[in-house]
Amino acid sequence: MLTTPQMMMTVAAVAAGTMVTRFLPFLVFPANKPTPQYIQFLGRTLPFATIGLLVVYCLRNTKALVYPYALPEIISVAVIVLLHRFKRNTLLSVGVGTLLYMFLVQNVFV
Amino acid sequence: MNSQNKFIRSFMYAAPKTVPVLIGFIVLGIAYGILMSAHGIAVKWSVAMSLIAYCGSMQYVAIGLFLAAFDPLYAFFMSVMVNARHLFYGISMLEKYRGMGWLKPLLIYVMTDETFSIQCGQKVPDDIDRKVFYATVAFLNYFYWFVGTLIGAVAGQLITFNTTGMDFVLTAMFVVTFTEQWITQYNHKPAVIGVLCSVASLIIFGSGSFMIVGAMALILLVMTIFRKSVDEEAEL
Repeated sequence: MLTTPQMMMTVAAVAAGTMVTRFLPFLVFPANKPTPQYIQFLGRTLPFATIGLLVVYCLRNTKALVYPYALPEIISVAVIVLLHRFKRNTLLSVGVGTLLYMFLVQNVFV
Repeated sequence: MNSQNKFIRSFMYAAPKTVPVLIGFIVLGIAYGILMSAHGIAVKWSVAMSLIAYCGSMQYVAIGLFLAAFDPLYAFFMSVMVNARHLFYGISMLEKYRGMGWLKPLLIYVMTDETFSIQCGQKVPDDIDRKVFYATVAFLNYFYWFVGTLIGAVAGQLITFNTTGMDFVLTAMFVVTFTEQWITQYNHKPAVIGVLCSVASLIIFGSGSFMIVGAMALILLVMTIFRKSVDEEAEL
């Protein structure tokens, strides 16, 4: 077990590492200087690519090749997409999708 | 009076959008608090991590760091790597956070996947104060994570309700954000590139923490090579 000062330094180190990733873009490209064209291009396109990355990242531990063959995830994601396509209500889509997933993993694909 | 109305209207517009995060962060915060306490780490450290570092999945990784031999340099570089995706959020928010004044460093400090997803998910209507919108989303999410952590660390063992699968709420929120962006944008190339590069990275590197860095590198590579064709108007 770490001592108290060591614990504090570990918390600080994790926080510092995290903050480097959060602040770096704003420090390298300050608001009072023109942002390079290439970075502006990334700023326009990365929001969409990054959400795609987050979706895949969230589903990264899904087992597609063994039972239940990713079925709870596939069914839930399909229902969310269709529901959102037709109702456009975020809370409804998230709520139904989550309850469905919980029902599937707790009762159907046990 | 008018500005007060706008403040309230903007807050009321922003707050409901954080409900999925409220559920997800309370559940995952509790899980984190329970895990920390189960490893014999004092409540104050759980709370300190959630308030000072506030970095979700990296906080789970950091449990191992608390239990292993003291190595702050490793802790630092590990959290840079696990959180590298924040670099993309920063680049995406360079323009949007312009003019946020004293709020800007605070908004940057408390950036997360979930906050990014809400702030970037759709166009903010003209009658909504962007500052209030961004601040409400960011600080409510921060507060939920703190509350969840505290509950879990102090009283986690009292929970008997079956929460299996409940953390899917955050996945569901990202899927909704993806769908919403897909509906509102006619240029789907960045979204497709994001998904395909991430799947490729998952296949190449597996589901460990290198998956994100690999996906980011692939996305940058593909975006740069096909810049002309990708860069149709993709403004939010």
